[in-house]
Amino acid sequence: MKHTLVARVQDEPGVLNRVSSLFRRRSFNIDSLTVGGSETKDFSRMTIVVDTARTPARLVEENLRKLIPIAEVRDVTDMPTVDRDLALIRVRCDASARAEVTQLAEIFRGKIVDVAVDSVIVEVTGDSGKVDGLVDLLRPRGILEMVRTGKVAMVRGTASVAAAS
Amino acid sequence: MILTGAQILWESLMKEGVDLVFGYPGGCILPAYDAMLDYPVRHVLVRHEQGAAHMADGYARASGKVGVAVATSGPGATNLTTGIANAMLDSIPTVFITGQVPSHLLGSDAFQETDVTGITLPITKHNCIVRTPDELARAMKEAFAIARGGRPGPVLVDICKDALQKKAEFVWPDSVSLPGLRAFEAPSPKDLERAADLIGQAERPLILAGHGVIKSGAMQALQQFAERTHTPVALTLLGLGGFPASHPLSLGMMGMHGEAYVNQAIQQADLLLAFGMRFDDRVTGNLKTYAPHAKKVHVEIDRSEIGKNVAVDVGIAADLRTTIEALNAIVPEYRHNAWLKTIGAGQQETRGRDIIHQPDSGNLYAAHVIHDLWQATEGNAIVVTDVGQHQMWEAQYYPHERPRSLITSGGLGTMGFALPAAIGAKMARPDAEVWVVAGDGGFQMTQCELATLQQEQLDIKIAVVNNGYLGMVRQWQEFFYDKRYAATPMLSPDFVKLAEAYGIDGKRVTKRAEVIPTVQAARTSGAATLIDFRVVKEEAVYPMVPAGANLDAMIRRPVTEEVQA
Ligand SMILES: Cc1ncc(C[n+]2csc(CCOP(=O)(O)OP(=O)(O)O)c2C)c(N)n1
Ligand SMILES: [Mg+2]
Repeated sequence: MKHTLVARVQDEPGVLNRVSSLFRRRSFNIDSLTVGGSETKDFSRMTIVVDTARTPARLVEENLRKLIPIAEVRDVTDMPTVDRDLALIRVRCDASARAEVTQLAEIFRGKIVDVAVDSVIVEVTGDSGKVDGLVDLLRPRGILEMVRTGKVAMVRGTASVAAAS
Repeated sequence: MILTGAQILWESLMKEGVDLVFGYPGGCILPAYDAMLDYPVRHVLVRHEQGAAHMADGYARASGKVGVAVATSGPGATNLTTGIANAMLDSIPTVFITGQVPSHLLGSDAFQETDVTGITLPITKHNCIVRTPDELARAMKEAFAIARGGRPGPVLVDICKDALQKKAEFVWPDSVSLPGLRAFEAPSPKDLERAADLIGQAERPLILAGHGVIKSGAMQALQQFAERTHTPVALTLLGLGGFPASHPLSLGMMGMHGEAYVNQAIQQADLLLAFGMRFDDRVTGNLKTYAPHAKKVHVEIDRSEIGKNVAVDVGIAADLRTTIEALNAIVPEYRHNAWLKTIGAGQQETRGRDIIHQPDSGNLYAAHVIHDLWQATEGNAIVVTDVGQHQMWEAQYYPHERPRSLITSGGLGTMGFALPAAIGAKMARPDAEVWVVAGDGGFQMTQCELATLQQEQLDIKIAVVNNGYLGMVRQWQEFFYDKRYAATPMLSPDFVKLAEAYGIDGKRVTKRAEVIPTVQAARTSGAATLIDFRVVKEEAVYPMVPAGANLDAMIRRPVTEEVQA
């Protein structure tokens, strides 16, 4: 099963290294890990998707908590969240197919952001399922290149992984 | 106050109450050594940085305080790593200070540059690099807070040479606020009640007491709890001394080389109270068949240990002493006479097989050496062991009554630990009688520290249990590899002459009758002595649970051979 953990971490050199070293050392399986700025200057936020087939999510969470620069960790898997993944997909597409690809992208609220003679770049944002859906539909046409950010998540309502603590 | 970084380093150490460091100088740390001369601190010059790390570790184990070691960049720092890993696995509060190349050279493969924070990332509780003198005081304050806090451990501060040379205002922070360093949590009343309920329902309860008992100072609380609930106590290797060996409820050591009746009791128990231990594979054997009838209550300071190896019914992540005291306040008295009788029968059976009860056959057995050492020292010594068969015999035949009287490398099993750790222990407890118990193999790994011992004029006694083999490995070869002794027979120097070369008294013992007199002579000599005990070469530590086997599937001492002897 996949679990989504959201962590608030001190923004200092080496934090990402500490987290990835922990996962490597303990053979925790990372599906995706994103890091970026947060609402406070000295802190970043990480969204980590872990495969918990081998290690219970609670242990991953508790181990993260032991890292000194980690201020807060929360398993948001069972909470109502907004989660987003962004993908850029370069798909084979000549002039005759452009309309169809554009249409497909639009169904997923994606858009064409670059056009070349025989390919286009599609940008799509959504939860991972939605992005997967579009990728599956585009695959038969030939995906030449793809990059995904991995999931970022935020709890809905007021239950934030907050700076308050 | 404007000071150089080097002065700030020592000012910080003074603020933390450090008056003793173990170390070895070199280019990048040189400014710190120069400044050291102006501070009231004793520096112990080691012969290899691994020794400095183990000395800081031994000092911390014997005193309960933070041990400090200093080394230079590159090879100095890499030589520390075995000792750092050792402190990590046994959760020993230690601070390591390493010099680093000047900040403008970082990442350039400068002379003696190594990525020390990178190398030590997985073997420290935390580490950091200091590039400017104004960061240094805070880094030091944080290092000590982290080393001591929660589950203790090693912290490394890597300091660039220019950060030691340049000046900054010395400001000692009043407090540290580190997001990941959390305050102790008290056990919740609900968890305590659930634990108390299980204790009330149990007919065959057993306490598994670990290192946490000693670290949290829970000895008295534990004894009270055990007596109140009439619950026998089994100890991990690092827990020895946490509960008096002579107490009627003490069972001794559990696990791979624990007594048969202890492991059988674990397999039969209907409640395990795991206090400050972490269900290491050396104590559980096969997890699938471990303690199949038992409910489990796990009290442990480190949350990430709860449920890691063994699923538990009640997990309490809190300070052990506080938790046991809280339990003492709510549990009524219980009696478990039938259960204790069952265990007692196993104890009786074990006694019959025990080599210690066999008559003197003319052979010198290591077990007898340890037993006689215990007798001669009246059980009052601090014994510092190395790793191998002699370590297990120490654990079996030197009953420990008090905490911090056995100092041994548990989690990492580091050969070469004993001599340097004993130097640290002796400096922490100068009035205590300190004995090294080491094998002929492991002793040679750090024997250079004999020079340190002499230079510091320390009265430490050394027992080399000399069996001519890397004995523990030979034992595995005997049991599991058809007695194919690959690379385990070992030639050693004449340890008596070796000792003498360092100006230390050397003695040799080859017969049982000589053990006690020689030990007594060493005890009263007032100076360091090394005794080379020439013991039976091919002797095994019994019982033994093969790695990964069921805990009660033990290899026992064959009864016949000894009885005939
Ligand atoms: C640094 C290190 N290298 C290798 C080992 C593996 N090992 C464990 S016990 C042992 C044999 C120890 O021999 P000795 O010091 O003579 O003690 P004995 O077992 O004979 O009492 C070895 C090689 C280890 N624990 N540590
Ligand atoms: Mg040996």
